[in-house]
Amino acid sequence: MSLARQSVSALRALLVKGEIKPSDILDDLFAEVGSREKDIGAFLSLDPERIRAAADLADLSLPLGGIPIAFKDNINVLGEPCTCGSRFLAENYRSPYDAGVTRRLRDSGAVFFGRTNLDEFAMGSATENSALQKTNNPAAPGHIPGGSSGGSAAAVAASFVPAALGSDTGGSIRQPASHCGVVGMKPSYGRVSRYGLVAFASSLDQIGPLTRTVEDTALILQCIAGHDPLDSTSLPVEVPDYSVDLKKGVEGLRIGIPREYFADGLDPAVRAATEAAIRHLQEQGAEVIEITLPHTEYAVATYYIIAPAEASSNLSRFDGVRYGHRASQPADILSLYQRSREEGFGPEVKRRIILGTYVLSSGYYDAYYNKAQKVRTLIRRDFENAFTQVDAIVSPVAPSPARKMGECTNPLEDYLADVCTIPVNLAGLPAISVPLPVAGLPIGLQIITPHLQEALMLRIAHAVETR
Amino acid sequence: MSQPHMDVRRIATLARLELSDEEVVSFSGQLDAILGHIEQLSSLDVTGIEPTAYTFPIDAPMRDDTPWQSLPQSALLDNAPDQAQLQVRVPKVVTDA
Repeated sequence: MSLARQSVSALRALLVKGEIKPSDILDDLFAEVGSREKDIGAFLSLDPERIRAAADLADLSLPLGGIPIAFKDNINVLGEPCTCGSRFLAENYRSPYDAGVTRRLRDSGAVFFGRTNLDEFAMGSATENSALQKTNNPAAPGHIPGGSSGGSAAAVAASFVPAALGSDTGGSIRQPASHCGVVGMKPSYGRVSRYGLVAFASSLDQIGPLTRTVEDTALILQCIAGHDPLDSTSLPVEVPDYSVDLKKGVEGLRIGIPREYFADGLDPAVRAATEAAIRHLQEQGAEVIEITLPHTEYAVATYYIIAPAEASSNLSRFDGVRYGHRASQPADILSLYQRSREEGFGPEVKRRIILGTYVLSSGYYDAYYNKAQKVRTLIRRDFENAFTQVDAIVSPVAPSPARKMGECTNPLEDYLADVCTIPVNLAGLPAISVPLPVAGLPIGLQIITPHLQEALMLRIAHAVETR
Repeated sequence: MSQPHMDVRRIATLARLELSDEEVVSFSGQLDAILGHIEQLSSLDVTGIEPTAYTFPIDAPMRDDTPWQSLPQSALLDNAPDQAQLQVRVPKVVTDA
């Protein structure tokens, strides 16, 4: 079997035994990239020479020694581009520093392998908002890979790389993982440092891995989790061992099924695959309990106030002065700001900045932003109440499989499809998408656990995967 | 409940975006549709509910006031669209009297 199709853990075993070298892995990965990347478009930049040079220096005694990992192009790596899928940063920006996760993966021996495509500034769920290129779904050609971490999901699904990092603000790791048939995990808010992740919505953003197995997700989470003094929202709490209980099974666990996530609009194939997975968990000894998360219907509206509000504030730093695009020959400083931003940002980013500015503006703050923060409390409490009855919650990731590319004409349509993933970010919980065995388009199962209970989540995910 | 409407040009100016006339037209329809969806929150009673900004309490720790990990000037200036004399150059801000 080509090394390109092997998992991180299998590659590590071969490397440690001395049966292969990091360069052997790269030979097989570059062969896959060379033959199919032109049809997929997962990468915004990839420098084989630099990757080979880094691999030759990899310390194989480290936990991820010699393992190539791709980065979503909104995570800073010293000296590399960081376009965020935007014209604003595509011209001449080079990262002057390493993100927190970059430093941790460097210390774990990983080899940085290319920068993956995304919706501009991670705003979108199809990767069609990238200003730089389109990305095709390797598991379903002609369909979107999902988004915003669509390039990372596509790269892993296409066997271009065994693992990638993404970022998840409202489902941007889990939904593309589901659409491309790979594993994608959003850690608890505060579990992983956001330092050096280009901020979209700071109270929701979290970096996480995309891999082909649950075991690999556990390995990478182990390396990136933990407190970072440079991110005051990262939690100073101990990181448990994520692999030790992975194979313990689900016997005796109470699994909650939220009825609001199985509404009438659910695609029949998604419903069938999800129900089959629930039956499987039951056969393995889990107790299945129907639960209610009554404020689910308000989650999308709440998110589309809070996320744009935070984005409008975060993206004010893109002013054409210190880095990124600057309009030519502005009449004065105001027109430098206005024209640089007009030329540098794409339509979805502008829409969200305007929406965020509006909900924070004088006279509307209480009606929109303050109200949304209170509804966020209700959504968080829904989960707290549910977790007094159950150990974990399972649900679909998206109401339907990947749609065709170019089929969305109305932004609100795509927003509403985030209904199963958004509440998790609003509540700061960990969640994962695990691929289900299906004949047609890929479908993932979402598993949600209480705050910082990633180990339990991974254990259930492993039971789903080994069906 | 009246259909909400946003004055897109005015808000875009607040957000320092110089939109084209075509963008104002297309964004107006799209943003009004989004506001129409968001409007459903108004039916929810949140009396006595505390707002959530972050899902757990976050301390604001102070670090020691000692110089640490500053980035090289050249690395930062290299990203600037225009530079002169080791500074970022911008168009004239103060106009002649």
